Amino acid sequence: MRATVAALLRKELALELRTRESVPAMVLFTVTTYVIFHFGLDRNSVEGDLAAGVLWVTLLFAAILGINRLFVADHEQGGFDGFLLAPVDRTAMLVAKAVALLAFLCLVELVAVPAFALLLLGPSLGQALPELLVVLLAADVGIAVVGTLVAALAIQTRARDLMVPLLALPLLVPVVLGASQATSPLLEQRGAAALPGDWLSLLALYDLLFALIAYAVFDFLLED
Amino acid sequence: MLTYAPVDADQGVIQKIFYVHVPMAIVALGGFIAGGVMAIMYLRTRDRRWDIRSYVTIHLSIVLAVGVLITGSIWARASWGHWWVWDEPMLVVFLIVFLLYATYQPLRFSIEDPEKQARYASVFAITAGAFVPLCFGAVRMAEQVTHPQAATMTTSGPGSVTVTFLVALSAMTLLFITLCKYEMASKNVTATVRRLRRRLAGDDDDDQLSATGRSAAPQL
Repeated sequence: MRATVAALLRKELALELRTRESVPAMVLFTVTTYVIFHFGLDRNSVEGDLAAGVLWVTLLFAAILGINRLFVADHEQGGFDGFLLAPVDRTAMLVAKAVALLAFLCLVELVAVPAFALLLLGPSLGQALPELLVVLLAADVGIAVVGTLVAALAIQTRARDLMVPLLALPLLVPVVLGASQATSPLLEQRGAAALPGDWLSLLALYDLLFALIAYAVFDFLLED
Repeated sequence: MLTYAPVDADQGVIQKIFYVHVPMAIVALGGFIAGGVMAIMYLRTRDRRWDIRSYVTIHLSIVLAVGVLITGSIWARASWGHWWVWDEPMLVVFLIVFLLYATYQPLRFSIEDPEKQARYASVFAITAGAFVPLCFGAVRMAEQVTHPQAATMTTSGPGSVTVTFLVALSAMTLLFITLCKYEMASKNVTATVRRLRRRLAGDDDDDQLSATGRSAAPQL
């Protein structure tokens, strides 16, 4: 199992390194969205709950781009067939894809969060950074798990690009809710407040629950 | 029955919508979860009838959910003064759940192969069915609770409120079950008629016409 996941993950990362399809597009998208928010809100800087909202909406929509691309290569170039012919556990595909998506999201945030601090955020990020990283990680795990499940569901439909956001956005509402509620006290103008633990535990509960659901149902999406 | 329960001292006659709105919401949410359970049954047994049951249940729950949103909106307008209230967890969750389930049919109909359609729709129904209680918990955490709770409204008032509510709830449940059975019967009859017509036409090839219905809805 571990060897399979490692092999699949290597394949995902090699593919992304060579084609550079998802991550650069997602990064570009986040920066463009900050510009859009600057003009849409007509504000030079944001703080508190508005900042948390802008950050999470941007990251969520960028994640949708990545989710859309997640299984395209496997679908178009026979990756599914090759995987199904191999005598390996199918859950390995779920784990590898979710970890790959998580890695993409982390890479995007490596640029997107500093860009946000530079372009839009009023208060400085310095002291709240460790807490913010915890929230980012907790939310990313949820987005990666749900995103993998939704991407696998949508890849076989005719209107793939339409189904992904329609399915993923309602499912990810609790993530956005928890993440932005947990982030907003960190981005206050008067200095970062404490990280609200109950919202973090909501995110953790969501991650755990959807990881279990994805583990239970993912095999059925790969029988062909 | 509606004149039997007392008129609410605070809200007046509009509070009677409670006896339609709340049972409808409970039955719709129960239907969504039941649809998920039926989807599990389909994936375990691979019996097409479970998939169609799951489809019919979710389909009718979506119809009820539209009714819940409309009656809830009317009640909110009458008692809080606004058609839509954002700091109202039940309304918001119901909208999210409704938006999620609204993609159930587009998802189904954009997969042509019937077996694959059933499998994918079942996976969706299970995921969404588990999402319903989680979402309620999450949004309830976010907002202060101003929504009248069914439990407090029925137990703190006079006994006639409880009786009326329970009668309305069981009526709504029975209506839902009847509609489900009706739609299932309609699907069965359509399948039988199609089979007989094919036999009349002297065409014994069963598989040939099975997937060529006018609707993309699942058929037996």
